[in-house]
Amino acid sequence: MTFLARVRLVIVAVMLIGTVASAPAIAQKLGPDGAPNPTASVTSERDLLKQFRRVEGRIDIPDSKAAVLIQPAGRTWDYFHEVLLHWGGAFVILGTVALLGLAYLILGRIRIAAGRSGQKVLRFKAFERFSHWLTAVSFVALGLTGLNISFGKIVLLPLIGPNAFSSLSEAAKYVHNFTSFSFMAGLVLIAVIFLRDNLLERVDIDWLRQGGGFIKGKHAPAGRFNLGEKLVYWLSLAAGVAVSLSGLLLLFPFYGTDIADMQLAQVVHAVVAIFFVALILAHIYIGTLGMEGAFEAMGTGEVDLNWAKEHHDLWLARQLASENRQGEPSATPAE
Amino acid sequence: MARMKFLCDADRCIDCNACVTACKNENEVPWGINRRRVVTINDGKPGERSVSMACMHCTDPPCAAVCPVNCIYPTEDGIVLHSKDVCIGCGYCFYACPFGAPQYPKVGNFGSRGKMDKCTYCAGGGGDEPSGSAEEFAKYGSNRFGEGKLPLCAEMCSTKSLLAGDGDIIAQIYKERVLKRGYGSGAWGWLTAYHEGIEV
Repeated sequence: MTFLARVRLVIVAVMLIGTVASAPAIAQKLGPDGAPNPTASVTSERDLLKQFRRVEGRIDIPDSKAAVLIQPAGRTWDYFHEVLLHWGGAFVILGTVALLGLAYLILGRIRIAAGRSGQKVLRFKAFERFSHWLTAVSFVALGLTGLNISFGKIVLLPLIGPNAFSSLSEAAKYVHNFTSFSFMAGLVLIAVIFLRDNLLERVDIDWLRQGGGFIKGKHAPAGRFNLGEKLVYWLSLAAGVAVSLSGLLLLFPFYGTDIADMQLAQVVHAVVAIFFVALILAHIYIGTLGMEGAFEAMGTGEVDLNWAKEHHDLWLARQLASENRQGEPSATPAE
Repeated sequence: MARMKFLCDADRCIDCNACVTACKNENEVPWGINRRRVVTINDGKPGERSVSMACMHCTDPPCAAVCPVNCIYPTEDGIVLHSKDVCIGCGYCFYACPFGAPQYPKVGNFGSRGKMDKCTYCAGGGGDEPSGSAEEFAKYGSNRFGEGKLPLCAEMCSTKSLLAGDGDIIAQIYKERVLKRGYGSGAWGWLTAYHEGIEV
């Protein structure tokens, strides 16, 4: 036997062994009737959904959204929207109203302790008041139309019937979508013009230590804005940015977003908005019912001298000092 | 009472898109909307499968639950219908639908989606129009179901991959097929739509 013949023998032997060894593997791929099993390499829907959040494939039409075959997350979003949001939202908003009612019963209206002096000090310039009310009116419109989308079918639909409720909700949808732009404009204005006076200061700690002016007979020191007002400013700014960004994503659906992003945007929008409404309810309470002499600051722009003394002593001192320096009889706007 | 369902036997679907065309023609579906579509999984790879998908007419339909104006509802046959008169075009049903069924005639920017359109199981509309009327056809498309017929997409499927009819009956047909041929990749979407798969 030549060397070449031996090599040939070894190769044939190896091939034979290989064929025998691979026979069971081939047999597994055959169907019961002996035909090749075409599903041998198919991934079942169950396995695909275990690996991925959704099943996607190729589609012939240009609509890329349609390439998502199955997204079980839709049912999760349904659960959020119909169970968590309804119960959680109702709890937070009604809970806030109840707490504010309780505060009114216990604390009552916080009066100007020294009574009205009759002297007025300018607290907010016309442009500042315009910025506030632009945002405020937009917010109320957005809040009511937004709550209608979530709670309207529970509260309003049984009262006015499906056709009237549909017309109302469609109008509300457009009001919500377009008022968002005046809200965003107002938010930017507020953010800019009130930024300096809302930076945290040392006096804010004292204000907090002295009970934030909620303890009767004591008046905590504060600059133009106290810590409570600063919190409203910063929380509103954060919530405002969050609802604006998520809202823009919802206004332009599927621009660089997919179905999961859209669901997430809606969840962020709804959750932040619920807490935002609760925050602003508290803000409205303290600015109207909760405190004597507070509303006129944003109403006419001028507050009573004694109110300013009791709630914003440091600011008032600065105001009066600058007035004396300038020698003007009328108060200058707060800066 | 029958419980109407769809079942796509993906081992038979050949991605011919005839169901898509039949649906568009039968219901005169507006431009840009595909009530039924065929999606190919693992395209060009071993184990490639095509699945024809439309509204599955779910049990506890999530679209109906999230609708802010309650315009979507299941009929007594389990067919999910909606009223275009009540729809406000908010887009929520599309976010909730596991199968991408609800669609809109407009782009959707600034909420301008128009009235939602989706597969009606060829059973007309869920509005106030009389069954089988021209007004109903113009808004929702064909009402074959009212004439005792099944959806056209399934009726004309050349390989009988797409099945429509009572859920128990089409599940039985699928089971027999799987037993006879020895394989089956499952009833796509059933677990999500009806909370139950088909065990063979």
